[in-house]
Amino acid sequence: MLSKTVAELAIALANKDVSSVELTQAYLDRIAQLNPTLNAYVTTTPDQALAQAAAADALRAAGKAGPLTGIPIAHKDIFCTRDVLTACGSRMLANFTAPYDACVVERLQAAGAVMLGKTNMDEFAMGSSNETSHFGPVQNPWDQTRVPGGSSGGSAAAVAADLCAMATGTDTGGSIRQPASFCGITGLKPTYGRVSRWGMIAFASSLDQAGPLSKSAEDAALMMNVIAGADARDSTCLDIPAEDFTAQLNQPLTGLRIGLPREHFSDGLSTQVQEILQLAISKLESLGATFRDIDLPNNHLSVPAYYVIAPAEASANLSRFDGARFGYRCENPVNLEDMYKRSRGEGFGDEVKRRIMVGTYALSAGYYDAYYKKAQKIRRLIKEDFDTAFHDVDLILGPTSPHTAFKLGEKNSDPVTMYLEDIYTIAVNLAGLPGISLPAGLLNGLPIGMQLVGPALSESRLLNVAHQFQLHTDWHTQRPEV
Amino acid sequence: MTWETVIGLEVHVQLATNSKLFSGSSTNFGAEPNTQASLYDLAMPGTLPVMNEEVLRMAVSFGLAVDAEIGKRSVFDRKNYFYPDLPKGYQISQLDFPTVGRGSLKIQLEDGSEKVIAITRAHIEEDAGKSLHEDFQGMSGIDLNRAGTPLLEIVSDPDLRNAKEAVAYLKKLHSIILYLGISDGNMAQGSMRCDANVSIRKKGDTEFGTRTEIKNVNSFRFVEKAINYEVQRQIELLEDGGRVVQETRLYDSDKDETRSMRSKEVANDYRYFPEPDLLPVVIDDAFIDAVRATLPELPGARCQRFIKQYGLSEYDADVLVSSRDMAEYFEAVVELCGDAKLSANWVSADLLGLLNKQDLTISESPISPQALGILISRIKDNTISGKIAKTVFEALSEGEADVDAIIEARGLKQVTDTGAIEKLVEDVIAANPDQVAQYRGGKEAVFGFFVGQAMKLSKGKANPAQLNELLRKKLSA
Amino acid sequence: MALNNTDVEKIAHLARLQISESDTLEVAQRISNILTMIDQMQNVDTSQVTPMAHPFDASQRLRPDVVTETDQRDYFQKLAPATQDGLYLVPKVIE
Repeated sequence: MLSKTVAELAIALANKDVSSVELTQAYLDRIAQLNPTLNAYVTTTPDQALAQAAAADALRAAGKAGPLTGIPIAHKDIFCTRDVLTACGSRMLANFTAPYDACVVERLQAAGAVMLGKTNMDEFAMGSSNETSHFGPVQNPWDQTRVPGGSSGGSAAAVAADLCAMATGTDTGGSIRQPASFCGITGLKPTYGRVSRWGMIAFASSLDQAGPLSKSAEDAALMMNVIAGADARDSTCLDIPAEDFTAQLNQPLTGLRIGLPREHFSDGLSTQVQEILQLAISKLESLGATFRDIDLPNNHLSVPAYYVIAPAEASANLSRFDGARFGYRCENPVNLEDMYKRSRGEGFGDEVKRRIMVGTYALSAGYYDAYYKKAQKIRRLIKEDFDTAFHDVDLILGPTSPHTAFKLGEKNSDPVTMYLEDIYTIAVNLAGLPGISLPAGLLNGLPIGMQLVGPALSESRLLNVAHQFQLHTDWHTQRPEV
Repeated sequence: MTWETVIGLEVHVQLATNSKLFSGSSTNFGAEPNTQASLYDLAMPGTLPVMNEEVLRMAVSFGLAVDAEIGKRSVFDRKNYFYPDLPKGYQISQLDFPTVGRGSLKIQLEDGSEKVIAITRAHIEEDAGKSLHEDFQGMSGIDLNRAGTPLLEIVSDPDLRNAKEAVAYLKKLHSIILYLGISDGNMAQGSMRCDANVSIRKKGDTEFGTRTEIKNVNSFRFVEKAINYEVQRQIELLEDGGRVVQETRLYDSDKDETRSMRSKEVANDYRYFPEPDLLPVVIDDAFIDAVRATLPELPGARCQRFIKQYGLSEYDADVLVSSRDMAEYFEAVVELCGDAKLSANWVSADLLGLLNKQDLTISESPISPQALGILISRIKDNTISGKIAKTVFEALSEGEADVDAIIEARGLKQVTDTGAIEKLVEDVIAANPDQVAQYRGGKEAVFGFFVGQAMKLSKGKANPAQLNELLRKKLSA
Repeated sequence: MALNNTDVEKIAHLARLQISESDTLEVAQRISNILTMIDQMQNVDTSQVTPMAHPFDASQRLRPDVVTETDQRDYFQKLAPATQDGLYLVPKVIE
C-alpha cells in the first residue's frame, strides 16, 4: 500500500479500501522504523498528522473529498509551518517554530493533504548531497553508503523509501531534479513564478522555485494543480489563470520534437549513462517523438554565473539571521558587532558561510562589474541559447546528473567539485524554465534520471511526455530494498 | 578672503499612506512598540515585499509638481548593511533607476528675486525602525513600528549658496508636499528629515570643496543654524591652514554645534544590487496622466489666480498660498462673505496673528472659516462695525462659535436707527457747548471729538456713517 | 582571482561572520578556488549584452494601500532571544 502512487492511493481511499487515518498511521510506523537510519525527516508531526487524517476522513464521509484529501505528504524543512519547527537544515534556525504557514503548505493543507513531517535538507538549500545539513546527512535508500542528492535530499529519500506518498521540494540550481535522479523518483521544477515563494525560506530569490517530488508524473501533476497559481503575497508569482496539469497527460506524443544538446552528451558523460539515455530516447521515438541535436553553446558558463548570482542574492537574503529577533544568538555577546559575528559565525555552517562570502565579494566595491554584472550578462546569453533552441524543438532532453548517487563524503573535500554536480540543471534555473527529472534506468543497481526541459509555462507538456514514458516503462515503479 | 558656501540637501519625506511600503502594516505614529511590525517588517524568513500602489502614485505626483522626468521603468535595489533598526540587513531603495528624475523648484530670495534649484532625483525607499538607548540592563531596545514606512528621498543639486536659501528651498518643498497631501510634513515627528551636504570654496572657484554631511536636522530653524555653524567651522578650519575631512556630522541643537559621527566613519560598502524579490515598476503615460489629473492647484498657480480673481496684492496672495490649508481657509471665507480684500486682511493679519501667538497651525485654528466668513458678512451688512468685529473675533478665539449669538448676547449690534442716533448726537452737542462753538467758529478738527464722544456714548455700536452724517447736519444747523 | 587573509577578513567583516584566525587561510584557499572556477566567465565578450536580473521581462504587480496586518507582537516575540516592554533587546547601539 505505501509504495502506491498518489493517484492509486486516492482510488484506494475513495473505495474505502483504507482510511486516511490507517494510511497515515502506516506511514508513521514506517517512518519510526526507518528514519533513525535514513534521517530523511528532521521533524515528524504524528499528532497533527492523525488529526488531519481524521478530518480528511470526515470530509470524505461528507462527500467533499478532492484528489489529495487524506494523502500523507512531507514538506521540505525550508517551508514555514506554523508552530512546527522550521530549521532549514541550519543550527541558526534549530529553535525556530515558524509563526506562519508557507503558501505551498497552506494550499496543500486546504486540499486535504496530511502533513507527516518536515524533511532534511542541505543547510539553507546550499548543497547537492544533503551533507551540509546541521541535522546530519540523509542516506540514499538505494544504497545507504551513498548520498540522496540535494538540497531536497530528505524529500527525495522519503518518497523513494515510501516514508510518504509525495513530498515538496525547492530547486534553485537542481535541488529537486538531482535528488529525484539519485533516488529514482520524479521531480518537477516549475517555471519561475508558477508557485508562490511566500513562506519558503529564500536562498536565491530570482532562482528559487518550489515543486513536487513524487512517484510518478501524474502525481506531480496532481500536486501542481494545488500549489501552482497566483498569490498576492509574492509579487514575482505569475498572475495567470489556474491550469489543470492533468488535462494533457494522455495526449499522444506524435509530432513532438525533442532536442538533444550536444553539450550534455559530450566528454563529461559516461558511456553507460549515454546508453541508458539512448534507450529512453528510442522509447520516446517509438511513441512518436522525433529527435535532433541542438546546441546550448553557453551551458558551460552556467555554473560560474550561478555561483555568482546565487551567492550574491543569498548574501543579502541571509542577513536577516542576525541574532536579534529570532533564531540563534551567541552566548553573552560583548557588543553589537560581537552578537552579529558570533551568532552568524556559529549559527551558519561552513558551506553557507562560504557562499555568503563569495556573494559579498562579488557585490563589493570594485568587483561588482567583473562578477555580479558579468554573471547577469552571461545569464542572458544562457537564456537566449534556450530561446534559440525552442525555435526548432518543443522540449530538450538530457541527463539530470552526470552519474548515479555518489558516496557519502566522496565530494566533500573541494566545493568546486560539488558545484559541478549541477552542470545540467543550473542553466534551467538561470533561464527560469520548467524542468522535470524522471527515472530512465538503473546503473549498477542505482537510479539514473533523465531531464526534460521546456519553454516557460510548458509544465503540462513536460508532464504529458513524462507520463507517456512512464506508461510504457517501469523504471519509476522500481523501489529500493530498505 | 571671501568664501562661497555650497549646499545640497537630501530630504527624506515620510509618505502619508495608510499602510507600509511593502507590507500591510499600519503607519500610524505613536503606537505601542512593535505592535505595527508584521511578519515582513520583522524580516521573518520566507516573507516577501509587495509594493503599495499609493506610494508610486504619491512619488509620481511629486515628480509632476516639480516638473521632473518620471521614471517609466524604476528598479528597486538592496542596500546592504547591518544595523538593529534594519531587520532584513538591507534597505530596499532605488539606485540607478529612481521613480522621479531631474526636476526643479523655484524659490524666492530675500531681495524678492527668484532662483531655480535643480532637483537631482527623488527615489522611493523604506524607513528604518528605531533604537531606544535608555538603559535596558546595558542593552538597546528596538522598535520596528517605523520600519518599512515609505520614504521619498528628494536630492537637490548643490545649487544653494547659503543657509537662508536652504531654508527657503525646504519651506517650498514642505509647502508642495502638503499641497499634494503626500506627507504630513511634521518635522518634529520625523515625517520630514533633512541631511545637508555643506562645503565652501573661494569665491570664483569652479571646483567644489570637500563636503561634510550634516544628518537628520529636524526643524527649519535648526537647518539654518546647523549650516551656519558648519560653514563657520569650515572657514575657520581652512583659514587656519587646515583641511575639511569628508565625513558625516551630527547637529546638536542644545549646544548649537555639529560634531563628527565617528561610529559611521568606517567606509561603508553597501553592495547595492537589483532587488530580486521585486520586478521593475513600469509606468505608462495613462498612469502619469491619471496622476496629473488628480494634482491639486500648486502654490505658484494659485498665487497667480488669487491676484487675478480676487484682485489681491502679490504680497497678500503669497502669504495666503504659503500653505494649502491657509489658501483653502481663505477661499472658504471669501465664498461666505463675498469680500476678498476684507477676507485677506482678516486671515493674514488677525487670524495669523492669533495662530502665531498660540503656536497653532491653521488646521488647528479655534475659529472656523465659516465663523470668520459670517463675521465679515456682519461687517458688510452693517450689523456690526469693523471695530466691534474685533471683540467678536476675540470671543470666537476663546471658544465661542456662533457669531450672531455673540453679537446678540453682548448687545453688540450696531445702532442704525436714525432716531436713536439723532438722540445721541443731540446729547453730545448739548453736553459740549464750548466745542460746538469752536466747530462752528471754523475749527473743523473738533469734528473727530464729537464722533468719539458719540461712539463712546453708544458703546461703539453707532453706525459710523450715519453718525457722521447726522453730526455734520446738526452741527451745521 | 586569489584571495589573501586580509581580503577574507574584510569580506567576513562586511558579512558579519566570525572566522577564526586558524581557519582564515583555508577559507581563503577555498574561496580562491571558487573564484578561479567563476573566472571562466571573464573570457567571454559580453560588451553588447544587457544584464538580466530576472528570468522574465515582467513588471511589478502592486497592492492597494490597505492595512491588512493586526498586532501579533506577543506571538512573534516568543521567538526572540531577548525582549523587554515590547522591544527587541540587542547589545547597546552606539551612535
